[in-house]
Amino acid sequence: MSRVADLAAPVEAELLPAADRRWTERLRRFVPAAIVFVLALVLWEGVVAVFRIEGFLLPKPSVIAATFTREFSVVWPAGLFTMREAVGGFGLGCVLGILVALATARWTVVSEGMLPFAIAVNSTPIVALAPIMNQWFGITNPLGKMSIVAVIVFFPVMINTVRGLTQVDAGALELLRSYAAGAFAVLWKVRLPNALPYMFSAFKVSSTLSVIGAIVSEYFGGSREALGVYISQQAALFHFAEAWSAIIIACLMGIVFYGIILLVERLVMPWHVSLRATEE
Amino acid sequence: MGAEPLPENSPIISIQGVSKIYNQGKDSRVSALEDIHLDIHSGEFVSLLGPSGCGKSTLLRLIGDLLAPSSGAVLVNGKAAPQARRDRDYGMVFQQATLYDWRTVSKNVQLPLEVMNYPREKREARVQEMLQLVQLEEFSRHYPWQLSGGMQQRVAIARALAFAPAILLMDEPFGALDEMTRERMQMELLHIWEQTKTTVVFVTHSIPEAVFLSSRVVVMSARPGRIMDIIDVDLPRPRVFETREHPHFFEKITEVRECLRREEVKGVNV
Repeated sequence: MSRVADLAAPVEAELLPAADRRWTERLRRFVPAAIVFVLALVLWEGVVAVFRIEGFLLPKPSVIAATFTREFSVVWPAGLFTMREAVGGFGLGCVLGILVALATARWTVVSEGMLPFAIAVNSTPIVALAPIMNQWFGITNPLGKMSIVAVIVFFPVMINTVRGLTQVDAGALELLRSYAAGAFAVLWKVRLPNALPYMFSAFKVSSTLSVIGAIVSEYFGGSREALGVYISQQAALFHFAEAWSAIIIACLMGIVFYGIILLVERLVMPWHVSLRATEE
Repeated sequence: MGAEPLPENSPIISIQGVSKIYNQGKDSRVSALEDIHLDIHSGEFVSLLGPSGCGKSTLLRLIGDLLAPSSGAVLVNGKAAPQARRDRDYGMVFQQATLYDWRTVSKNVQLPLEVMNYPREKREARVQEMLQLVQLEEFSRHYPWQLSGGMQQRVAIARALAFAPAILLMDEPFGALDEMTRERMQMELLHIWEQTKTTVVFVTHSIPEAVFLSSRVVVMSARPGRIMDIIDVDLPRPRVFETREHPHFFEKITEVRECLRREEVKGVNV
């Protein structure tokens, strides 16, 4: 970030390029990725053909594409079913994480008592709990999967929110003290806005984790409509092209979920997104 | 705000035998200030000048009730400092502009007014007025990080004055700026001070800055922090660019410098 010292200069007024220029720029940035993607598909297709790899071990992309269109009416609803678990668990985990974070930031005793455990739990594979949750809620009950996802999401959201609420510039707090601001104003005017970037980085990580959590917990059994169940059954039958079709759906939905979070971030804190852009 | 009428000539700030000891009762005990007496009158521009460690920032924080004294009292308009803070008598400007990254320039200036529940129309009018005062109207919708250091500091000054506090407390506000910007900011600050009639307490370690700005320079020494001398600066007002070339300006600078030097000679640990 460059700080121009001259007072008189019409400082960085043109800092943010016009919207249209931004779009062409962004498109140009996608070109290398698109080329790599196409090349990878061609290579995959070629390797399978040249080395005569059995179709049931690694199907060609063209075969997967054909299967995908054929199976779409099955994998799409399965994907939606699983995404409902992922998004539901994500929402639940985020709400709980933020509430607990607010409480811990308010009463430091709570945070001192809880944070070490939260950090410890955060670094354990929570998905390992899936079979237990399946028993608790019943194997076909989406609530079981949702609670797995919620637990997975809870810890990063809570830890990051606590960090954001507490790691506030001392000067910013002193300023509010000089205005004789109350505790609510301190929370609302400084702590929460300060925590937003931390929270969104947790949301982004958690959006990916929640899709993983939902699918993996379905591997341990679940409703027949679920994507994870479909993948594990098709794989068990060596129907790998079908399994791959479901994986494509999982990828697409995960990406869309992540994209929605990015979009919300942009809406909620435009200042941060453009600040980051100037720092790059 | 909330000040009851006081007898004529009574000081707006009265520092009465104030001491500040950090880490009291521990091995790391530091006596930052010892028995400070100082009266500041309404409309004065007073600088606290001294080497680092002389407790000038500590003294400013005691006046503004960001710190509590270990002994003695700070009175503002006859009230204790904590009451004065609750009455919103202080505008503060620090070395760092401490603008909120998530607020535009005008929203930053508006911050104290929001906290103090000003009605919307009054807020907007005040922000407009303040941005005019610091000549940043065109930048009202910019974010802080889009501004230069000098502009950020002007926003901070506008924010401090937005609620028309009786006292402006400034802690090395231009310390992070380059020399040219700094001199311009000093001119602007004097201009603002003359327009608003605010009492200013200004912490600095720059002798020319203190002399150029102040009506009185409070010279302080370190370990423990004490007031050595108070030097009246009777340079004519309004002070202009040429003031810095005035022979009397140099005389005053010399006077302050020698005062600081006397202490250096006295102190063995320099």
